[in-house]
Amino acid sequence: MLTSIKEQWFSNVRGDILAGIVVALALIPEAIAFSIIAGVDPMVGLYASFCIAVIIAFVGGRPGMISAATGAMALLMVPLVRDHGVNYLLAATILTGVLQIIFGIFKVARIMKFIPRAVMIGFVNALAILIFMAQVPHFIGISTMTYIFVAITLAIVYIVPRFFKAIPAPLIALVVLTATAIFSGFDLRTVGDLGAIQRTLPSFFLPDVPFTFETLQIIFPYALALTIVGLLESLLTASIVDDMTGTEGDKNKEARGQGIANFITGFFGGMASCAMIGQSVINVKSGGRGRLSSLVAGVFLMFLIIVLGNVVVQIPMAVLVGIMIMVSIGTFDWSSFKYMKNAPKTDVVVMLATVIIVVATHDLSKGVLAGVVLSALFFVAKVSTIKVETRVESSLTRFHVKGPLFFASVDGFIKHFDFSKQNEKIIIDFTDTQIWDDSAVGAIDKVMIKLAENQNDVTIHGLNPASKRLIDKLAIHNDPNAKLSAH
Amino acid sequence: MYKHIILAVDGSDHSIRATDETIKLVKGTKTIVEIVHVSDFSKSKDEVLHAEGQEALEVKRRKKLLPIEESLETQGIAYNVKLLRGEPGPAIVEYVNESQADLVVVGSRGLNSLQEMMLGSVSHKIMKRVECPVLLVK
Repeated sequence: MLTSIKEQWFSNVRGDILAGIVVALALIPEAIAFSIIAGVDPMVGLYASFCIAVIIAFVGGRPGMISAATGAMALLMVPLVRDHGVNYLLAATILTGVLQIIFGIFKVARIMKFIPRAVMIGFVNALAILIFMAQVPHFIGISTMTYIFVAITLAIVYIVPRFFKAIPAPLIALVVLTATAIFSGFDLRTVGDLGAIQRTLPSFFLPDVPFTFETLQIIFPYALALTIVGLLESLLTASIVDDMTGTEGDKNKEARGQGIANFITGFFGGMASCAMIGQSVINVKSGGRGRLSSLVAGVFLMFLIIVLGNVVVQIPMAVLVGIMIMVSIGTFDWSSFKYMKNAPKTDVVVMLATVIIVVATHDLSKGVLAGVVLSALFFVAKVSTIKVETRVESSLTRFHVKGPLFFASVDGFIKHFDFSKQNEKIIIDFTDTQIWDDSAVGAIDKVMIKLAENQNDVTIHGLNPASKRLIDKLAIHNDPNAKLSAH
Repeated sequence: MYKHIILAVDGSDHSIRATDETIKLVKGTKTIVEIVHVSDFSKSKDEVLHAEGQEALEVKRRKKLLPIEESLETQGIAYNVKLLRGEPGPAIVEYVNESQADLVVVGSRGLNSLQEMMLGSVSHKIMKRVECPVLLVK
């Protein structure tokens, strides 16, 4: 237990601290911009980012991942804040925390895995579109100077990193253009026009809402949407961080951690938050790997606000708009166009439907739910559970696999095997099954290697020629030096 | 000749040519050939989003190396495979410098000087920073 703490907190101190600082610097404009999208005071997003980042550092399940105020969550809050005010938002945040903890306890994270790829791609694209659309009122038709500042921000943000990577480009844009705006006296809208920046730490208070069933009725649908979207984005981000670092996080622990963090944050004046793809990628790329990076990011963010709060109010909105446009471009999945050409038509329909419904309703959760239902309808024909019958005969054990083996049945397939068997002759019979995809090949590999590790003699029977070809080409179990992960 | 050659590949045609040169160097000797491939971090987001799960993604990455592995196998050359993660240039450089390799073989993308300035070059970074001889295959 102690070694794990040492490993998750102290194995990468320098990298974590530096990465945490970079993240905090990049996070300030985003937290402010997302607060503005939600229609709340910039402090709501900043307090949220501070609380979430710090709490998740301790209770999260995916070290190295950064959680803070996000666009996906902010977009869901718009009607709630507009119709009922920020206190209801805080109450919804607390309820979101509760729901997320419940989801985590009930291991709902596993169900999230079955959200089809087409829906996730649709989610990400719709999010990018909505973030862009939210910027429009802040820069279209205001003044020429606004367009100029937006253009310069974009120029800085895309060109500078090619030559100079030590300081995040959005921060450079922020500093340079805020200074320009202050000294030149151009007439530009600033952050201060939309809200005040308090240079104080967050304080505990109960949201000012009546403790009635009516309040619950109002906040529950929002809390549910926030829970779904928050967990979805967090689990997607966790998979990305898993892949980038080559390690595996604990998804259910992360769900519970998100819940705890949101629950507490609601009491400190912060809006519901979740993991951020962009910042997590920046964190890992900057060398962050452990929990310390999230803690440093949150603390440093708060420190900067306290120290530099006065300047933050003078940031021109145009700069934030430019940064948000960059975020939107970075969030959009540009390989979707290639995907649309190559993926099965039903998947493409699901993806487009998800995007259209989200953009039409301005609600990510509705799009996801619609996409999932649509996908299930398409998928029902294909899905069948995989069965593995075990038969122990005189000198050998025969595993008879029935049903298609593909990404959705891979887990069930692997679980059917008793890996404690030793020194046995084992036959895996694939006569009544079909190998559908690379996941299946990977799974068969895994099973064969694990059984072989215990000196079992494993043979495969009954593969149809197509499946046999796939296995022969790609599986590594026949390599005596093969280990389960190829690295 | 060489004791341990690292063949840095990305699955492209240049990697195939680099493999051919490696075969020429190694055939008939007892040189250890290590195929090194770096999964570009920056592409992680797209790859995870488009993959159907972790298993499929790993197999997909190995698939890229298939033609290279096949060519080494048909020549009867023993090799092992190392999959790294991170930024391609620096990750290869770090790995090579920490290993006992005495030669790195890498393909060049053939970028012109403008492209090199805009896009950077993995082979360029390897050439500059690796601490052993490099064979750059065009």
